[in-house]
Amino acid sequence: MSRAPIDTLRLTAEEALGLLERKEVSARELWDAYRAAIDARDEELHCFLTHVDEPNGEGVPIALKDVIGTKGIETTAGSKILKGFVPVYDSTVARRCKDAGLATLGKTNTDEFAMGSSTENSAFGPSRNPWDPSRVPGGSGGGSAAAVAGGLAPWALGSDTGGSIKQPAALCGIVGLRPTYGTVSRYGIVAFASSLDQVGPTTKTVRDCALLYRIIAGRDPNDSTTADVPAVELPEREDLKGVRVGVPRQMVEAEGIEPGVRDAFERTLELARELGAEVGECELPLSVEYGLPCYYLVAPAEASSNLSRYDGVRYGLRAPDAGYHEMVMRTRDEGFGDEPKRRIMLGTYALSAGYYEAYYGQAQKVRTVIRREHADAFERFDVLVSPTSPTVAFELGAKTQDPLAMYANDLLTIPSCMAGLPGLNVPCGLSEGLPVGLQLIGPQFAENTLFAVGHALERAIGFDYVPKRLR
Amino acid sequence: MTEWEPVIGLEIHVHLKTRTKMFCACEVVYSDPPNSHTCPVCLAHPGALPVPNLLAIEHTVKLGLALGCEIATRALFHRKNYFYPDNPKGYQISQYDVPLCGRGVFVVPKPGGDQQVGITRAHLEEDAAKNVHIGGAGGRIGGSAHTNVDFNRGGTPLLEIVTEPDLRSADDAKRFLQLLRQTIVELGISDAEMEKGTLRADANVSVRKRGEAGYRTRTELKNMNSFNFIARGMQAEIERQIGVWEAGGEVVQQTFDFDAASGALTPRRSKEEAEDYRYFPEPDLVPVEPGDQLVERARAAVPELPGTRLRRLEAELDFDLAEGLVTSGRDRLYARTPGDRRAVANVLMNELAGKGIDPEAVDGDELGKLVGARASLPRPVFAEAIARSGDEGFRAEPYLAEVAVTDVGELGPLIDTILAANPGQVAAFRGGKDGLLGFFVGQVMKETGGKADPRAVNELLRAKLAG
Amino acid sequence: MAITREQVLHVAKLAHLDLTVEEVDRFREQLSAILDAVSKVSELDLADVPPTSHPLELVNVWRDDEPSPSLPLDDVFANAPERDGDFFRVPPTGEVREP
Repeated sequence: MSRAPIDTLRLTAEEALGLLERKEVSARELWDAYRAAIDARDEELHCFLTHVDEPNGEGVPIALKDVIGTKGIETTAGSKILKGFVPVYDSTVARRCKDAGLATLGKTNTDEFAMGSSTENSAFGPSRNPWDPSRVPGGSGGGSAAAVAGGLAPWALGSDTGGSIKQPAALCGIVGLRPTYGTVSRYGIVAFASSLDQVGPTTKTVRDCALLYRIIAGRDPNDSTTADVPAVELPEREDLKGVRVGVPRQMVEAEGIEPGVRDAFERTLELARELGAEVGECELPLSVEYGLPCYYLVAPAEASSNLSRYDGVRYGLRAPDAGYHEMVMRTRDEGFGDEPKRRIMLGTYALSAGYYEAYYGQAQKVRTVIRREHADAFERFDVLVSPTSPTVAFELGAKTQDPLAMYANDLLTIPSCMAGLPGLNVPCGLSEGLPVGLQLIGPQFAENTLFAVGHALERAIGFDYVPKRLR
Repeated sequence: MTEWEPVIGLEIHVHLKTRTKMFCACEVVYSDPPNSHTCPVCLAHPGALPVPNLLAIEHTVKLGLALGCEIATRALFHRKNYFYPDNPKGYQISQYDVPLCGRGVFVVPKPGGDQQVGITRAHLEEDAAKNVHIGGAGGRIGGSAHTNVDFNRGGTPLLEIVTEPDLRSADDAKRFLQLLRQTIVELGISDAEMEKGTLRADANVSVRKRGEAGYRTRTELKNMNSFNFIARGMQAEIERQIGVWEAGGEVVQQTFDFDAASGALTPRRSKEEAEDYRYFPEPDLVPVEPGDQLVERARAAVPELPGTRLRRLEAELDFDLAEGLVTSGRDRLYARTPGDRRAVANVLMNELAGKGIDPEAVDGDELGKLVGARASLPRPVFAEAIARSGDEGFRAEPYLAEVAVTDVGELGPLIDTILAANPGQVAAFRGGKDGLLGFFVGQVMKETGGKADPRAVNELLRAKLAG
Repeated sequence: MAITREQVLHVAKLAHLDLTVEEVDRFREQLSAILDAVSKVSELDLADVPPTSHPLELVNVWRDDEPSPSLPLDDVFANAPERDGDFFRVPPTGEVREP
């Protein structure tokens, strides 16, 4: 009996799981279908930095962002300084994926050390948006998002420090979850900013997202900052009756939100009301105004310290030199690209004697303010919503010369990251033919709420996640 | 009394006795081949994260209680950032403004009364790895050809104790260190052996005129790792500084390396600029809140401290003897050994110490019997008996009965032979030269290897010479 | 808030980055602009606000003192740029350095 060929552009991970369970396709056929898609489209999209030739599991394949350490598979974090580096241990999430049978398709492209919003900071060249290859897929997890949107992987894992899962998901028209800080282990994840980094799923649907989150979430004895996680519920509900949806005024009124993005967002709010949600306005004034500066002090400060281990002594690039200190300095100058250098310098400055209190110390206090504002908002609302990105996917090269313009992409995703809150991107429409993302923010550990609301909206919106030009 | 007053503060590093490292589960072993006890965490592989060792935290709290420190209700780990080959992460995890143990006072008994030594803080950190500098003239670091790194020591738990500048002489500093060392050993948290490097001390030394307020410039003496030379090393630096001031000069801030073998101080190449460690709270770790339960459990595990026992012993012994017993860990044996207090103390500090016997293995009652019989025993017999006193099941009386030659049947013929071989001395003795008795005793002792009971020999000789 | 060339060089030295002349000038400009933007945080009077160094309020996470196996030496040196016997080899440090 002949079957329809596997349409990797359309097939959800949940459907793929069903096909395997019902033995309608073999794991090998599924793997080969995605490998064929990679062969067909990855040259153009450049989602992957490393392809894996043989599956290491009998389940649904998965793509992993290249900051996720994988034993025996090169892991570079998009940096020249780690080119050729092959981890000798698995990150906890890679281990959990293996234990669940997920076969690693490869490692996806990322801005160097996850620092960026477009993947243009990758030392190995940018990824491209499957909706329009002249545009960026967002970042830093642009490789994972483009791989899922482009049908090169059924689902993928990304990492999010200030928006690196949510923003590329928005720009590529798929679902992305940045989980509550501490619910997914960071053990084995190439660190950017320890108090912010979180691994999370990038998927076609909210249910896929919940399925993958269920696999990776949970306390890890190897990560002191993980917590117990409530049981993950697969969303079923299609209405939003009784759900209190808050719209932070400062977020929707923020400068730089494109009209098309605003329209798609407004239409989604209307749908939410139709589904029975109680939509109301709330205030996050300081979070929105000070979130970005706060983030660009905290994250670089932690990064400056986290990236000190790249010294050419035990692994990674080593530039030749006659003395130890000179060797380290040259190695780091040659190995790091501009963005890590900028952030290392910025963070070093913010922590240095005489500046700590004014910069890092003050930023940590701002973080408290942001947490409190969000906590107040969640007294009245179950979820907060905003556009995920102020813009749709922009042209490659449009912002590479202006770091501050690039940083502004994360204006709306950053505040909740600073507060350790979970955030879900759900595609909510098109603007100029490009996807617009809706950001749902919940209280800590409220992933189930986000899944439920996201699922109901996803059904109502009826967004087609297959890029138009590939349909 | 000189007009100059030394001011000394100490910084002590103690290797905690744990099976595993501070932030990973690698075993703490120094004797194995290089890098054989390493893992992604202590090699700082990308993505590796620290998880603290509870036992090391408990050890630190115990020490804090013993030093009278305030135990923090909420302590943090901080990162101290700097580049060096033995510092794989580029930062050391240490504690900064909220250490586990805050201010305390350690009371050190002195001959004239107690000295209160302020403890600034005691905190937990990870040790650096070991750099081995290869090549270069005389193994000096400056000219070495390259450096090899062994990460076995990297990440092992280290306790740092910082004192206030409360010590006023080199001898006081040494006395403090000895009592601290004994306290640490008795807490069971470290071997604290300077020779093995599990106890390392640095000293900050300055001098000032008596009555002067404030402090003058201090110098840092690194690695004062020998009780034999530590006081001498500090004394030399104190005298050097006094000399500088008296010659109208200025003491400059400087670091010296102390050579434990010779006691010599070598100035270290001065750094071009002050370090900027960029301390900030370690985001990979959460705060430690010791809490009542942990603190009470630790408190219950703190034994009676050596300082307390020393103050008690002072009542019955010379201070030096009492201090020697306590800081050598022999005072408990002293307490359970009956007999003349001074005689017992002397035996413990001389004969027993010389034999390197573990005092805890010795039965005090039996030792007391040996001390009591000392006057009647030939010196070699007594020494041998002491050497055996730590043997399991040692009993003084049967042992002495066995080793001492008192049997007249055995001694008789021997004495006859000696008398026959020395007719001239026999005649002289009988002619009134009583002093010659010692000569005959000596001959008997020589023949018996010192094991004859002197009392029995004396009696038998007198009888035979009279006959 | 503009930072000086000297400050850039000082920070680069602390961070062990051997910047080229071109990089020093470029970063001076970019960092000045970024610092200008982030200095905004100092507008707020937060004297009585405690700092947040962690978004989750976890305390007392630790492990028992139980060993687990270390890496085999092949793994220890798998990615090593230079190895001398069972040591990592680096160029000479030229100075004594202790934390």
